Amino acid sequence: MNFETFIFYVFAAVTVFAASRVVSVRNPVFAAMFLVLTFFSCAGIWLLLEAEFLAITLVLVYVGAVMVLFLFVVMMLDVNVEPLREGFVKYLPVGLLVGAIMFIEMVLLIMRSFKSDDFPAPTTAAAADYSNTEALGKLLYSEYLFQFEIAAIILLVAIVAAIALTMRRRPDTKYQKPAEQIDVSKADRLRVVKMASETTEQRNS
Amino acid sequence: MLDGLILTVVTLLKIVVVMLPLIICVAYLTLAERKVIGRMQVRVGPNRVGWKGMGQPFADMFKLMTKEVIIPTNSSRFLFLVAPILSLAPALAAWAVIPFADGWVLADLNAGLLYVLAMTSVGVYGVIIAGWASNSKYAFLGAMRSAAQIVAYEIAMGFALIGVLMVSGSLNLGDIVRAQSGGFFSWFLIPLLPLAVVYFISGVAETNRAPFDVAEGESEIVAGFHVDYSGMAFAVFFLAEYANMIMIAALTSIMFLGGWMSPIDGVGDGIHWFLIKTAFCLFLFLWFRATFPRYRYDQIMRLGWKVFIPVTIVWIAVIGVAIYYGIGPWFQIRG
Repeated sequence: MNFETFIFYVFAAVTVFAASRVVSVRNPVFAAMFLVLTFFSCAGIWLLLEAEFLAITLVLVYVGAVMVLFLFVVMMLDVNVEPLREGFVKYLPVGLLVGAIMFIEMVLLIMRSFKSDDFPAPTTAAAADYSNTEALGKLLYSEYLFQFEIAAIILLVAIVAAIALTMRRRPDTKYQKPAEQIDVSKADRLRVVKMASETTEQRNS
Repeated sequence: MLDGLILTVVTLLKIVVVMLPLIICVAYLTLAERKVIGRMQVRVGPNRVGWKGMGQPFADMFKLMTKEVIIPTNSSRFLFLVAPILSLAPALAAWAVIPFADGWVLADLNAGLLYVLAMTSVGVYGVIIAGWASNSKYAFLGAMRSAAQIVAYEIAMGFALIGVLMVSGSLNLGDIVRAQSGGFFSWFLIPLLPLAVVYFISGVAETNRAPFDVAEGESEIVAGFHVDYSGMAFAVFFLAEYANMIMIAALTSIMFLGGWMSPIDGVGDGIHWFLIKTAFCLFLFLWFRATFPRYRYDQIMRLGWKVFIPVTIVWIAVIGVAIYYGIGPWFQIRG
């Protein structure tokens, strides 16, 4: 067993452990943190495949942005776990059935694509000037351009939909308009009143 | 096996060579901050410990080390202690790809820029976890503010870096500096001025420094996310914040100010230029803190989402057109 294989097994073990803790741990905040750990060790495995762009993007997007918002929501909601556990026995057969179906499907898929005789050869180390990012970019913008654009459009639609769903303009909300604030002149805010000064007789009367 | 061992030892030594000066810089940055802000407010600043106050950082350090670390009763003990480490580790890990001079880099990563971006974005976990684990309202409010702020400014930061990557044609930080060779007018500061401004201000916001320090906001929420921390645990947060500041300053000088390149073409390139530029950016951090009042929370969100992101998107389109027509010495297709 060389060093790379050793590192792979370490990362793989951490990934499997963390992934199982995501569903077994009681506290949702801890579950989210274990999910972060899962992503991190997945990124480690991808790095071993010399897919540094994908690995770093996984950390950047999922760990750096998605999971932060996840944690945000989980912490704010203060989920009470007890009611969620009530129907555990009742729903167990359904859960087991779904699990079994997924397991069989995955086994079929993996058996089909990874027969022992056409097992993919171990990746040979790429040349030093080979850039994974550049190769990915070239492929994405030439061969898979249409798929890439379609994915972009779908994401855009999703963003617009999410904003449209959450945008509820309440008439009583007070907004601040910085442009108007900057645009004020002295005349809008200050009124100089000219009046005759008070005489001594007026004050004493 | 022996080769592997030697490689490990050499790498560890290199890490020490990078980390030790960094920690000393952090220590003296705290002194510089108090001195500079003192002068700006017509005060003297600390001048009692050692020669002109040069011993002050060590006095502060020993004070923090000898203080007791108090763990709140109803806190989540494990996460409470892990949080400072979670905030320090990415701040130090990002230094692996910083090129100090030509070839002086710990890990010459091809995707160095992305790596730096990923590491700075992971740093937010320390803040969020600290706020939640303390089980205190003030700490929690600080964590929530910080999370929303960092997510908002990270997008602007990422877009600003896309501009750099378009012009330099590389994600490798060393190549980005080399693309700026040829004196002051070849630096990316000039063609990418809007992005440089957006990047630096977003950097100030990402490190939770004044005027974007709503996560601490001592006049509103006491000390924000680290209100319950004391002693060494607090010192680690402090260290992470200042290490991050130095990092943003170093990155700004690498990506927009030509890194180790001298402003006059070919005259004495070297690490001293990198250090001078970084020190200048750090001075800006301190200057900002002494000058601007703290932003209100909604103003921060508005600035991030409605000003910076549109500015960067427009400038990326401008760069695209400029590169297509090959305008000036800056916009050429590289790589």
